[in-house]
Amino acid sequence: MVFAMFARILSAWLALWLVPATALAQPHTDRLIIQPRESIQIGLSTDRVAITSDFSGADLTIFGALENIDPLVARQGRYDVVVVLEGPARVSVVRRKSRVLGMWMNTEWHSFVNVPASYSMATTRAPQDIATPEVYRQMALGIDNIYLRPADPTLDPETLAAFTAALRDRKRAEGLFVSRAGGVQFLSQNMFRANLALAPSVPVGVHRARAFLFKQGVFVGETSANLTISKAGMEQYIYNAARNQSLLYGLFAVLLAVATGWAGRIIFRKD
Amino acid sequence: MGIYLPIAEMSVNILVLLAMGGAVGFLSGMFGVGGGFLITPLLIFYNIPPAIAVATGANQVVASSISGALYHFKRGTLDVKLGMILLAGGVVGSSLGVYVFALLRSIGQLDLFVSLLYVFLLGSVGGMMMVESVRALRRSAGGQVYSLRKPGQHNWIHRLPLKMRFRTSKLFVSVIPVLGLGAIIGFLASIMGVGGGFIMVPALIYLLKVPANVVVGTSLFQIVFVAGYTTVVHAATNQTVDIVLAFILMIGGVAGAQYGAMAGQKLRSEQLRALLALLVIAVAARLALDLFVPPESVYSLAPFGEV
Repeated sequence: MVFAMFARILSAWLALWLVPATALAQPHTDRLIIQPRESIQIGLSTDRVAITSDFSGADLTIFGALENIDPLVARQGRYDVVVVLEGPARVSVVRRKSRVLGMWMNTEWHSFVNVPASYSMATTRAPQDIATPEVYRQMALGIDNIYLRPADPTLDPETLAAFTAALRDRKRAEGLFVSRAGGVQFLSQNMFRANLALAPSVPVGVHRARAFLFKQGVFVGETSANLTISKAGMEQYIYNAARNQSLLYGLFAVLLAVATGWAGRIIFRKD
Repeated sequence: MGIYLPIAEMSVNILVLLAMGGAVGFLSGMFGVGGGFLITPLLIFYNIPPAIAVATGANQVVASSISGALYHFKRGTLDVKLGMILLAGGVVGSSLGVYVFALLRSIGQLDLFVSLLYVFLLGSVGGMMMVESVRALRRSAGGQVYSLRKPGQHNWIHRLPLKMRFRTSKLFVSVIPVLGLGAIIGFLASIMGVGGGFIMVPALIYLLKVPANVVVGTSLFQIVFVAGYTTVVHAATNQTVDIVLAFILMIGGVAGAQYGAMAGQKLRSEQLRALLALLVIAVAARLALDLFVPPESVYSLAPFGEV
């Protein structure tokens, strides 16, 4: 007890001496103290979204705040926020069909590693009005800039380009890659609300919500928070049973079928 | 009204599924078939991943066949010994089928293979049924009596070794074609999600010369067990049985089947066969169309779990 108190005093005393030393070593940090940079915070009302039996897609609302903003820039509406909800990374296989004997069959396929299973983006304005394409590319921000790494690094550039474009296109068609301009709205000068789309087929797992702050087209701050999407109650139970107790699950499925067929016979008995 | 399918991981309309199960149940009650050959393609048309449609279809077949099997069991209009030998073949065929299914899934050719099998089998069986029933209709219009079984005739099947006596069917036949037939049905059950009655019944009648009164019962007996076995194996190896989906289809199916059976009694058997043939051909044509018509996009993403 006494020792812990002594240690705490000692560390505080050491810190007093160390802070000016680091400030000297990195002279630009004291500029930050004089004029603090803007920062962004987000808060999730829940860290868990449950998929229930009536789930058919949903809107997820994320609230956030800006700190240390310049009131003049805020009044001109030159602060922009981009919020992204990124699904768990998975291996994704893209297949290409071609005609064989008049039939369309999968003839070529390539896999990509660490592809976010879903990617839902909301922005205050149309993305091209917030920053230049160059900025988005550098930050790997936006559906067209998600980094897609092929499992086969020797893939020729032409095929790679075609398959990455197809991957984005198919994910968009399934509603898993979405971008909503105007999905982020300012409630006051420094408070905002982001509405993100969750597709009906949203993957379960840990999703990462990231918020980016832009000031007059320049990226100034970022924050993130995790969100778990899981199946609820019965759905979760069935899903787990099918994965972990697959034999019993199969037997139960057969039993259920027998019982249903039998019940139908009793209800509608004619013989 | 949406409902989330926990295994297919998608939201579907429960009313559409109930109607689908009910319509197929009605038709299966009317024609005395399991309806698996209709359920699986319908689910595929409704954008359920084929792997799940097939395994869930097999589960649904159990429910739609059990009632009929019990009926025949009670009446004694089934040959248990013949059914057991067919079942032994079925278990082998089904196991092989589930293995091939997983293999095709891993190389991305399952959808194509399922469609091709459907088009080929439904097309040929539907075509033959059509020809046969039109002939029968013409004959009955001419007032002739027509019997399916011609006991005096023997074919190559009756010259095979390893003969066994089936008392109920009054048959003395080699077990090789019986096991083989069972295996083919089991294989189709696991790859197509069907009971296989549409192949089993004609094969029992025309190839093995089983008397008509025990054909349906024996066929149903084998189908219930093979479909049940297939469901368990699919669940255990591929985890593609969606119990929520299967249950909704069963409810619709069991109810629909009762009304179908009533409607079926009002029609003559040749007319029924002709109508069923039309239906089978229509499903085959629709699936064939999907194979040959250029797809909306030549690219597709492999469903999660298939990689």
